[in-house]
Amino acid sequence: MPAFRFNLNGRAQRIETEADRPLLEVLREDLGLIGVRYGCGEGQCRACTVLLDGRPVPSCVTPVRLAEGKSVLTVEGLAVNGKLHPVQQAFLEEGALQCGYCTSGMMLTAVALLKTTPNPTEQQVAEGMNNNLCRCCCYPSIVTAVRLAARLSAMNTQGVGHAG
Amino acid sequence: MPDRTEWIASVEPERYELREPLRYEFHCDRRVFLQCAGAGLLISVFARTLDAQRGAAPASSAGRIHLGEDGFVTVLSGKVEEGQGPRTEFAAATAEELRLPVEKVRVVLADTQLVPNDWLTAGSRSTPVTVPLVRRAAAEARALLLATAAERWKVDASSFQINAGFVKSPDGKLTLGYADLAKSGGDPTGRPAELTPTAAWKTLGQPLVRVNAHDIITGAHAYPSGIQRPGMLYGCVLRPPSYGATLESVDLNAAKQMTGVVALRDGEFVACAAPTSYTARKAVAALAANARWQTKPQISSDELYAHLKKPDGDRQPQVQQSGSVQSGLQQASKKLTASYHIPYVAHSPMEPRTAVAEWTNGSLTVWTGTSNPFEVREDLAKSFHVDPSKVRVIVPDFGGGFGGKHTGEAALEAARLAKEAGKPVSLRWTRAEEFMWGYFRPAGVIDIEAGLDANGRLSAWDFTNYNSGPSAIASPYKLENTRTRFVYADSPLRSGSYRGLAATANNFARESFMDELSSAAGKDPLEFRLAHLENGRLRDVLLAAAERFGWQKRRKESKPNSGVGLACGTEKGSYVAACVEVELDRASGIPRLVEICEAFECGPVLNAKNLRLQVEGCILMGLGAALREEILFENGRLKNGSFTRYRVPRFKDTPKIETVLVERKDLEPAGAGETPIMAVAPAMANAIFAITGEPLRALPLRAKSGKGDSGSASIR
Repeated sequence: MPAFRFNLNGRAQRIETEADRPLLEVLREDLGLIGVRYGCGEGQCRACTVLLDGRPVPSCVTPVRLAEGKSVLTVEGLAVNGKLHPVQQAFLEEGALQCGYCTSGMMLTAVALLKTTPNPTEQQVAEGMNNNLCRCCCYPSIVTAVRLAARLSAMNTQGVGHAG
Repeated sequence: MPDRTEWIASVEPERYELREPLRYEFHCDRRVFLQCAGAGLLISVFARTLDAQRGAAPASSAGRIHLGEDGFVTVLSGKVEEGQGPRTEFAAATAEELRLPVEKVRVVLADTQLVPNDWLTAGSRSTPVTVPLVRRAAAEARALLLATAAERWKVDASSFQINAGFVKSPDGKLTLGYADLAKSGGDPTGRPAELTPTAAWKTLGQPLVRVNAHDIITGAHAYPSGIQRPGMLYGCVLRPPSYGATLESVDLNAAKQMTGVVALRDGEFVACAAPTSYTARKAVAALAANARWQTKPQISSDELYAHLKKPDGDRQPQVQQSGSVQSGLQQASKKLTASYHIPYVAHSPMEPRTAVAEWTNGSLTVWTGTSNPFEVREDLAKSFHVDPSKVRVIVPDFGGGFGGKHTGEAALEAARLAKEAGKPVSLRWTRAEEFMWGYFRPAGVIDIEAGLDANGRLSAWDFTNYNSGPSAIASPYKLENTRTRFVYADSPLRSGSYRGLAATANNFARESFMDELSSAAGKDPLEFRLAHLENGRLRDVLLAAAERFGWQKRRKESKPNSGVGLACGTEKGSYVAACVEVELDRASGIPRLVEICEAFECGPVLNAKNLRLQVEGCILMGLGAALREEILFENGRLKNGSFTRYRVPRFKDTPKIETVLVERKDLEPAGAGETPIMAVAPAMANAIFAITGEPLRALPLRAKSGKGDSGSASIR
């Protein structure tokens, strides 16, 4: 069986498996990362979103071989040393979830969105996240949470600046 | 406990899927299953009796509140959490009555070995039925703490205050808390315990974020599809190619020769398990390649509505009458008729049906996403010929249901595979399976005939619903001559509950027709409704929505291809009204919801944060059914059974939403997860009627010039 190496949530990872297995299933079944969720298996709902070299991809239609040599970030890698990522903090404070099944994918998409658009308008959030489905339809509070995350991120950056 | 007969009667009309015969019947051994709760004091409440028991809980306890020796209190319920918020509601209710911080309360839901049977989680019943049971048990535990302290310190209990779960002795030197009660026990005989009045609430009524939200945002929460057991295999089922197809033959060797694969056939059930989902899929694909099926012709979408109106068997319609429709129509100066079409829609929760099953010494444990854990336990016991006491069903908080997970298909399938494999098996349905082999909101035809007298008042109302269900079938308007009928039909597709169920259909037809009538009477839709509306709670939400929206003024404004509409309704003890602005693309006939102002009243608000989420979620789910959602099928196959073709609401569909919570602290709380869905589609239909002058009588909504869009409705 071929072996693949990638950086997973900040750590070197090596896995021997079939090259065309979906990254989603390798992460969940072999590596125990159950925060990555199956929703449709065709890249249409984005519950399975992970960041591949910082870009959001649907891991259900991404074969594991495409992760070779890259960095993979899942929801489990968002918090650092127990400190929540601003996007997690914002989803928690706003309570932007009902069943919560889509939340991992929503948050990772939001992390990527805020990198390119640090201070998005409501419309920019809706545009940037339109491929992510939430059947509980928490869209209004998710938009609020993403914009709150933008403010929390800005505060964090300022905080670091002062400390430095 | 609620009166079981009354309770079932009130929910039974929605449980179509539960009338189905048992899906599978398997062979199984019989062994004993024992499971105990931790040390502490367990308090159970049945009607007005209190029954506490020291130490470990019995195998199938009906305990409601468990006071732990560690100072934590556990509340137990057979309800499930699928996103509507009962977990947090029960935590708040317990904390309120025990005078404890919410952080000190743990909530154990839907583990048939540990919790009381609270029946199906449906029908907006958790708030009006289960919350009072939780509160009463907690209040009795509080009374026990007070009485024990009074006895111990020889003082009058009425002089005590409980703070953060502790009482202090009069000299302030001694304290007594729930952990002390748990250790030392107390006289468990019933004491009168007053529920905390609404006006004195400190925790109930607060906007709380879901109590286990932290586990969700860190990815730590194990949904049913996230349960992992040592040595666990992954399952995959061979499905028929179409509805009604039966298996003629399959050669299991094609799968069995693959490394690590378990393949089995038990009657019509054919499935494989393997160390990875990938291999299990490959194994089933190998079986599909050699399987031979006998197919039968099936009804298709284009024959659906004619089919639903054909008489079906001997089941008599449910009929309610008052006065005489005939004489009412004779008195009428205007008579109107209309026929409405309601399609099948899919719940499509984000997490498809999933179960993990594990056999240990003849006993079965299943983790699964179902709203009906005790019924699923019964199904498993019957299917495998074991005593229900040997079956434990655990429902981790799961990824959405909306009435679509009242059954236990995946549980039965995973358990059969696990039995064959001799290892735990996780079986998660694919999205395609969830669409095709779950069940749908029933399709229906609704025919209405009504008369208006010379003063523009309703003189007759004749309403017939074929197949879609009787929820909210009764008109809330004042009518003297009415007949309301629900007619059973042969449904080509498997159907069951839904969010609000037939309230979405009946209210769409009724409220759309009310606008046709108000137009015929030359009245404003709001005035016309108010003239026929005596129910104060419904009037209040209607007026609240109209006022906040600015109905009177906006109704008179004229914008090109844009219009306003309103609708209201009541179901399951709560009240809703919505005013909307809709923009219509004339070329395609596709509407866009620009703005919605929805007023909702469900008695006192237990958790405004969750209530807003429920109302907004209902609005947008209702918007999906109004805009695009419609299951299309042809000769036993779905034409749009995927998220690519069945387009559910998205971020960009979200309109400007204004939610007006009308609070009635003087009333008992009603559930809120369903009723807010029922005003959206008719309000939009009425806005389109205002734009075009032509009524819309089918969902999803398309104005006449419609050519369809990229969504499911275009795939005709």
